[in-house]
Amino acid sequence: MFEEEDLLPISALSQLLYCERRAALIYVEGLWNENLYTAEGHHLHDRAHLSDSEVRGVLRIVRGLYLRSLRLGLTGKADVVEFHRLREDMQNGTRIEGVSGFWRPFPVEYKRGRLRHEREYEVQLCAQALCLEEMLSVNISSGALYYGKTARRLKVAFDDNLRRETEEAARSLHDLCRKGETPRARYEKKCNKCSMRDLCMPKTTGVKRNVMRYLNRIVESDSGEES
Amino acid sequence: MKRLLNTLFVTTQGAYLCREGETVVVRADHETKLQVPIHTLSGIVCFGRVSCSPPLMGLCGERGVLISFHSEYGKFLARMHGPVSGNVLLRREQYRRADDPQSSSDIARSVVLAKISNCRTVLQRTLRDHPSNPNASALKKAAGSLARLLITLQESIALDVVRGREGEAARIYFNVFEHLILAQKDHFYFRDRSKRPPLDPMNALLSFLYAILAHDVTYALESVGLDPAVGFLHRDRPGRPGLALDLMEEFRPILADRVALSLVNRQQVKGKGFKRTETGAVLMDNKTRKEVLVAYQKRKTEEIQHPFIGEKVAVGLLPYVQALLMARFLRGDLDGYPPFIWR
Repeated sequence: MFEEEDLLPISALSQLLYCERRAALIYVEGLWNENLYTAEGHHLHDRAHLSDSEVRGVLRIVRGLYLRSLRLGLTGKADVVEFHRLREDMQNGTRIEGVSGFWRPFPVEYKRGRLRHEREYEVQLCAQALCLEEMLSVNISSGALYYGKTARRLKVAFDDNLRRETEEAARSLHDLCRKGETPRARYEKKCNKCSMRDLCMPKTTGVKRNVMRYLNRIVESDSGEES
Repeated sequence: MKRLLNTLFVTTQGAYLCREGETVVVRADHETKLQVPIHTLSGIVCFGRVSCSPPLMGLCGERGVLISFHSEYGKFLARMHGPVSGNVLLRREQYRRADDPQSSSDIARSVVLAKISNCRTVLQRTLRDHPSNPNASALKKAAGSLARLLITLQESIALDVVRGREGEAARIYFNVFEHLILAQKDHFYFRDRSKRPPLDPMNALLSFLYAILAHDVTYALESVGLDPAVGFLHRDRPGRPGLALDLMEEFRPILADRVALSLVNRQQVKGKGFKRTETGAVLMDNKTRKEVLVAYQKRKTEEIQHPFIGEKVAVGLLPYVQALLMARFLRGDLDGYPPFIWR
């Protein structure tokens, strides 16, 4: 069990699965800091404008719910959690304060772009489900990724494999942050699209370059010109 | 690469800077002289009697825009920045290495090596561009001495020895600096370096450029989360930006000396733009100061091949690239600090 102050953001899981070094640069090196304030701005903005719920008969749509899991050591916020009203079935449902009946939570995570299968997004969504399960003592079998550009939903089942992967990712994330070491860069094609590229310098730091040799080369070329 | 953001230099005496929404407003003589969006700025540098409103300082702190205040000559007075940012592990490592004599001297050696090599390149450029320079033989001799000094920096030596070599190199370089001045020799000459205050126009020009460079390097270090105050070559002294001064060494010849020399040699600044005060201290007038700033900003937009990272980089981003390389080295990504060598 984790203490509250040791919780790490759920969104870090998808960073970690995308690239361990990227996650370390952000969460160990604090290199996102410059943007933290803007992020906090958005955060407040979200809370002010989106923390509301909408009721459509048997469906309640709640935005901006705070989530956490002390078991996995995660914290975060769900874009949308839908609560589907159940008929008499308290086995798979949860109570909602001030509302009658039993409800089944169904997390929905918003992603930019068009529909695509990305394991790291599925893990991120699953982590939200695990938080909801822990907080509401309920079992959640599925959720969805919503792709804004094409307005399409991808349903995600929280099967044993995905759950195991999510728990493993949470463990590696905590290991990474505890060790405080940043993994060495490995230049790949995906680096070209990565927003952390300038800070990571994969082409410079990835290959073990010999700085002493670089300096000696300078000295030799300078003194070579003289003779 | 990070976008090359602009630095706002305010030289108008009595100017008042304040915030209006997401913009910086410069007021003087009861009117608005300039209004720029905050997101286009990386720094604000104020010279002399210039003041800033607290809301503007707050906005700058929030957006990581460094404000620095300088005297009319360009002497650094104070700077203002927002909450301490960046990585505590990185800063701790920086302090540990600064406490370790071996690490300090290795980093200092890299920096001094680059400085000497870059000074030598300044001499070589003059020799190449002006082969008939009457002082060519003195310049050649100095370049040779610098090359020999470089060889002595190839192996590990104590920090004091590194400092001694640096002092020797500075003496050799500034001894022939006079010969790099090719025009307006009755106004611009160079006997030796004077700083507090500068006693001749050339020194005034150099001091002013070094002050601006120090601002840029400090900002670069802060933006990657390093502490500009704790250096390796320059030891701690309250109020002195040790690491900024360390990192500056490699840039002085390229970003300041060359800019100063070409301003004089191309007659973009004139002798009458400098005023000798009663104490012998030399001051630049406003027009000259602006001329210098324009030349400096222009130099920053030129692109140059970085010999270590192997990419083309705008000159203005060099301090940022070097700050990043220093951070990556301290965090264990590189086996040494690779300074910038100008070719």
